[in-house]
Amino acid sequence: MKDDKNTAVITVLGQDRVGIIAGVANLLAEYDINIINISQTIMDDLFTMIMLVELRDIKIEESDLSERLKSIGDELGVKITIQHTGLFNAMHRI
Amino acid sequence: MINENEILETMEMFSNQHLDIRTITMGISLMDCADGDINRSCEKIYDKICRYAGRLVEVGEEISRKYNIPIIHKRISVTPISIVAAACGSDDYTPFAKTLDRAAKACGVNFIGGFSALVHKGYTKADKTLIESIPEALATTEFVCSSVNLASTRTGINMDAVRDMGRIIKATADRTQDTGALGCAKLVVFANAPEDNPFMAGAFLGPGEPECVINVGISGPGVVKHALEKVKGADLGIVAETIKKAAFKITRVGELVANEASDRLGVPFGIIDLSLAPTPAVGDSVARLLEEFGLEECGTWGTTAALAMLNDAVKKGGIMASSSVGGLSGAFIPVSEDEGMIAAAMSGGLKLEKLEAMTCVCSVGLDMIAVPGATTAETISGIIADEMALGTFNNKTTAVRIIPVPGKGVGETVEFGGLLGTAPIMEVNNKSCADFINRGGRIPAPIHSFKN
Repeated sequence: MKDDKNTAVITVLGQDRVGIIAGVANLLAEYDINIINISQTIMDDLFTMIMLVELRDIKIEESDLSERLKSIGDELGVKITIQHTGLFNAMHRI
Repeated sequence: MINENEILETMEMFSNQHLDIRTITMGISLMDCADGDINRSCEKIYDKICRYAGRLVEVGEEISRKYNIPIIHKRISVTPISIVAAACGSDDYTPFAKTLDRAAKACGVNFIGGFSALVHKGYTKADKTLIESIPEALATTEFVCSSVNLASTRTGINMDAVRDMGRIIKATADRTQDTGALGCAKLVVFANAPEDNPFMAGAFLGPGEPECVINVGISGPGVVKHALEKVKGADLGIVAETIKKAAFKITRVGELVANEASDRLGVPFGIIDLSLAPTPAVGDSVARLLEEFGLEECGTWGTTAALAMLNDAVKKGGIMASSSVGGLSGAFIPVSEDEGMIAAAMSGGLKLEKLEAMTCVCSVGLDMIAVPGATTAETISGIIADEMALGTFNNKTTAVRIIPVPGKGVGETVEFGGLLGTAPIMEVNNKSCADFINRGGRIPAPIHSFKN
């Protein structure tokens, strides 16, 4: 099963505080990464943000991006992961 | 767009429920590496493996980063060495094992399988040489795994080989006694061995397989257990449905990784093996999953029924998810590698006889069982013979990976570390079967094998 769109899901989980969305969005803008969709909720006191981003023509290697997101997550005290959308399509769509 | 719950469910599976890609195994045919000169043959083997698998580990890591999913092992399986080595005329195949070991090290993989022979109907001279070389080969290498197919439904059981393997397992235990008979953890005997299995120690690339192929093994007992926790008390039809759905999702991850690895390496994708393969980590246990069905402890009455249903539902979910399901695909029940099995064996509730019954309905067999060092070669052959009969007469794969630990007795444990875990020494019925084993010959194929 192959994915035709080059998009990824960024998930941010952790304690709510000022500047989480700003921090992540600034980083993405720095590398020309377009945000397609954002949803954010507080579930059981847990800040939960899910972002869909486009990976086409971006100015960073995908593996480096994952590292950069991790380190900004450490600064903000939240857990940030990026996963290619193909994973979710494979698992949840027939 | 995928909805939030699906995304969070996926993340939960990987972070808290131990879902992982257990192995990307590259199968490499060594058919063209046969040579009259043993050194020349070993050279060809080393070069070919390094040429094909040089990027395997790197690509595995790239995929792992792209999807942020753990890919635990990258491994290699090769053509059974007895076939490749036959031309060289040597009476010791240890140099081939050492070559495989060097190649594994150079490629950065943590196991290489295929120091193997297929003798279900009889021995060639090379098969005999390979089997006699096993103790030395496993004692002098680090990454090499060995397997021997002793029986098949179509041919019956080669009882000469069953007798010999009892002796070889004992010899391997003695040669590796400094490490708790670790050599035996890398040696497995089969009935109806699959030719495309990516899991060690039994992986080899069968003679019917292509030049080079990517097979992927995926695991996740924790995911299935978690799914069952949500249907506590529900009837078994609902339980079966729940397992199938979880198996479907897990298999899809395997297929995604397999396709991606195949693309990046330019090697065809073979099969996905969805096996619930436990690790010693808490939360990654098949025994605990069986207990979730409503059993006080794995091994009590009802365990075989629960395992039968689990194994079947896993296969059904997997087959719906991918047309390339192969290998073993089902539930593994190794003792030393499963925290719940270890606990049940230590409490005395899980005995060897019950495990044997469970192997009638699981996907493999008596796996990672430690027994007293004083167990005779004939008794080990007897255990193997029973297990081969279950596989041969029930038309399924069965296997034995048994470890007679020198100097240890019932109640003691042996520590292998890592994924191989800790094995409690289990009690063995020691009434002699020597006269039966020493008869030799072949147990004919069962009547229902004649389907032509």
